[in-house]
Amino acid sequence: MDSPLALAERSLLAPGGLSTHDLERVFSRVMAPSIDAADLYFQHSRSESWVLEDGIVRDGSHSIEQGVGVRAVSGDKTGFAYSDDIVLPQLLEAASSARAIARDGNGAGKPLAVRGTRALYPADNPIDGMDNAAKIALLRELDALARSLDSRIKQVIVSVNATHDSVLIAAADGTLAADVRPLTRVNVQVIAEQNGRRESGYSGGGGRCAYRELIESGRAHGWAREAVRQALLNLDAVDAPAGTMDVVLGPGWPGVLLHEAIGHGLEGDFNRKGTSAFAGRMGDKVAADGVTVVDDGTLPGRRGSLSIDDEGTPTHCTTLIENGRLVGYMQDKHNARLMGMAPTGNGRRESFAHLPMPRMTNTYMLAGEHDPAEIIASVERGLYAVNFGGGQVDITNGKFVFSANEAYLIEHGRITRPVKGATLIGSGPDVLTRVAMLGNDLKLDEGVGVCGKEGQSVPVGVGMPTTKITAMTVGGTQAGVGNG
Amino acid sequence: MKVNANIVTADDSAAELDRLAELAEDVIHRARAAGASQAEVSASVSSGLSVNVRLGEVETVERNRDRGFGLTVYFGQRKGSASTADLKPASIEATIAQACAIARFTEPDPYAGLADAALMQTDFPDLDLWHPWRLDVDRAIEIGREVEAAGHAHDAITNSEGAGVQGGDALGVYANSHGFVGRERGSHHSISCSLIAGQGDAMQRDGWYEYVRDAHEFPAFDAIGRKAADRAAARLGARKLSTRECPVLFVPEVARSLIGHLVGAVSGGALYRRASFLLDHAGKPVLPDFVRIVEKPFLPRGHASASFDGEGVATGESALVERGVLQRYVLGSYSARKLGLQTTGNAGGVHNLEVAAGSVDGSAFGFDELLRKMGTGLVVTELIGHGVSIVTGDYSRGAAGFWVENGAIVYPVQEITIAGNLRDIFMQMQAIGTDVDLRSSILTGSILIGKMTIAGE
Repeated sequence: MDSPLALAERSLLAPGGLSTHDLERVFSRVMAPSIDAADLYFQHSRSESWVLEDGIVRDGSHSIEQGVGVRAVSGDKTGFAYSDDIVLPQLLEAASSARAIARDGNGAGKPLAVRGTRALYPADNPIDGMDNAAKIALLRELDALARSLDSRIKQVIVSVNATHDSVLIAAADGTLAADVRPLTRVNVQVIAEQNGRRESGYSGGGGRCAYRELIESGRAHGWAREAVRQALLNLDAVDAPAGTMDVVLGPGWPGVLLHEAIGHGLEGDFNRKGTSAFAGRMGDKVAADGVTVVDDGTLPGRRGSLSIDDEGTPTHCTTLIENGRLVGYMQDKHNARLMGMAPTGNGRRESFAHLPMPRMTNTYMLAGEHDPAEIIASVERGLYAVNFGGGQVDITNGKFVFSANEAYLIEHGRITRPVKGATLIGSGPDVLTRVAMLGNDLKLDEGVGVCGKEGQSVPVGVGMPTTKITAMTVGGTQAGVGNG
Repeated sequence: MKVNANIVTADDSAAELDRLAELAEDVIHRARAAGASQAEVSASVSSGLSVNVRLGEVETVERNRDRGFGLTVYFGQRKGSASTADLKPASIEATIAQACAIARFTEPDPYAGLADAALMQTDFPDLDLWHPWRLDVDRAIEIGREVEAAGHAHDAITNSEGAGVQGGDALGVYANSHGFVGRERGSHHSISCSLIAGQGDAMQRDGWYEYVRDAHEFPAFDAIGRKAADRAAARLGARKLSTRECPVLFVPEVARSLIGHLVGAVSGGALYRRASFLLDHAGKPVLPDFVRIVEKPFLPRGHASASFDGEGVATGESALVERGVLQRYVLGSYSARKLGLQTTGNAGGVHNLEVAAGSVDGSAFGFDELLRKMGTGLVVTELIGHGVSIVTGDYSRGAAGFWVENGAIVYPVQEITIAGNLRDIFMQMQAIGTDVDLRSSILTGSILIGKMTIAGE
């Protein structure tokens, strides 16, 4: 089996007649006495998607993107240009453009040296790894399964998509690294109808693996069942309460709370600039005793995992909060250098056409000791929220929201009625101080997360155990229901 | 109005459009030769410069030039699509082969295919969308510094996320095997500023931006920075509200999202999937009597102006809502066929919606008058999160803004949610202001809603 570097050189450099020796020439064009760092990011990306709707596999698409991004950094200034042509003249032109932020001069990068990396996923192309007929068969199977589960299911939309991404990173600090990244995903969306009321249900998942893994593990079929279950449940949901009450979050995807409430606020760029509500609070108590949160890019096969980040740094498991205390930020090279810290393998970018910045990978909270049933039983009146859509945060004032799409009332320590979706709102530096109980059931999400920051999207993961938070604001419509 | 922009009129965009058109026609011809009964191509080239200045120093300088083309082929009722950003002959050849290969696996869909040939646009008026800005890096830095410095001069401003200056031009061609070839060129430029106001340990961030087709339309640069500063400072000391029901006034920047939800609910995809709370509502009231919403595709310099839609179909001025009654849906040819209707020329979306000012009393009001009309209630200036379901109309979003008593702003508000069902929210509309925000393709003033649920303490 070839190394990722050999694969990447063959697919990225060879077609344009380039060798790693030429890259050193590019650095001699970029480097000047006032340039602190420079890097080249070569990428070739293939993706496909197939969609079934109304019982027909009606759409399929395929796309290819490739190019190289050139970045030059001088102090806290960054120059950036890219080209979708990976040949030397274009590369040199982009290099001149990127270094325009610095004064003239000549310099050179360090000689490029290959960094060994551990592979967290197979380099195989998931698009070619399963033939199209098998993908069609999967779509049809999931459609038939969802429809067979209940006659109230009126619409089923199933899609599968896969990406195969090869990247090669060369930096003036001598970094030469490559990664070949598969990513697959299955989505099932259904509409249920009963007495004129319509509700939707969604489930899905995936990871840095072949389609086959999602099928053979039974997960793909599980998502079809789960989408149906959610839609039917929502047919009976009553209006959600409005006001402040105790909230119990289920395990897994509700970890999106961590991503919004504290994750973004602990990214290096916002802290270097002092624009985060967490800026200057290193060492402070920002969560209840027993709360430990990590960002871990090293989990094999996970959607948010990377063998190396987009600057060639191997990913880490970075502890952000340890037993309630703020202990770490997530860093890319640029912000780490300016803050006098070490990069943590969190430098990520959407593509060669975007600048890298500190981003999360898989962010989760470690398990506690409580039985989940004991946690529910401890709540007199509150909300049990187990599934969420997206969230958002204002990192400066720390206010965040995330929206439940499966939730129940807790009355006298028991889960009673399902309630309609509602947005939960809170304050990042405050919410984890009100974690009252932690379950022993840590779970990671199914592999559906997409994080957006400054217009760039990257795949991420989240996770948490069952967690009780006292006094959260629940944004339903029924004022007076939850305040008692 | 000051003008510092350096405008060029001579450019090679016409020749570049011809090259894209030639490419598109050649690809269609080759797809047909490969056996496709119909084919369509979109090809585009865009370029721009983006500069950010923070605390008086340049932070990033980014140049972009993006190309791409996408092809959809139909073999009878079977469809396949492929796209690439690489326009080298070998890649184009591979992309054609990919699209055709996919169409061998998709299944016959009785509704698939191009829009009817008779609906193709034949008249291509100049909509005044092309105003390239010859912006160089030094000038962009100078503008960014001026914008940020003007805002930073405000006493309450303690930090900055910087000022951004961007200029960009895009050329696009859509062609299909009916022989239709549509050329489009447009420029879009923006200046933005995001500042942080501080008071003790508390920080609040807000900003302002301008978004124009022609750089001559920018207001004075320093005004953008000052507005960003005033907005951030006004948020200091924000409090939560107690849980309650009250009137809510959406300022134009957030009011347009309500109109966006209406468009989403009457769009073909949501309707044929039965995933809308406004199924079968054409000809029925969805808003109060005073509301009129008209699509205006030919607005000069409009942000979404176009004489043809994403399928080449001629666009036209037409009412979406008249006297509160939904006049039609928002359809492309695929969803139209599935619904047994005719396309409305909306493949790819709406082309400028003008929401007429008015109120239940018959008069139109400016923002300050709307505050007085509301009396006591919440002004929403920012919405966060995604708690909106087009399937059910359920609405619950995070909000920030100001508490108003007796028609005057009393204090800023944060960390609350506003909730309701869009069906009721729409029918509870009391007034639409004359304070129209011109930076969007949805042209609306502030919107006053009679009652929503606020969740807070």
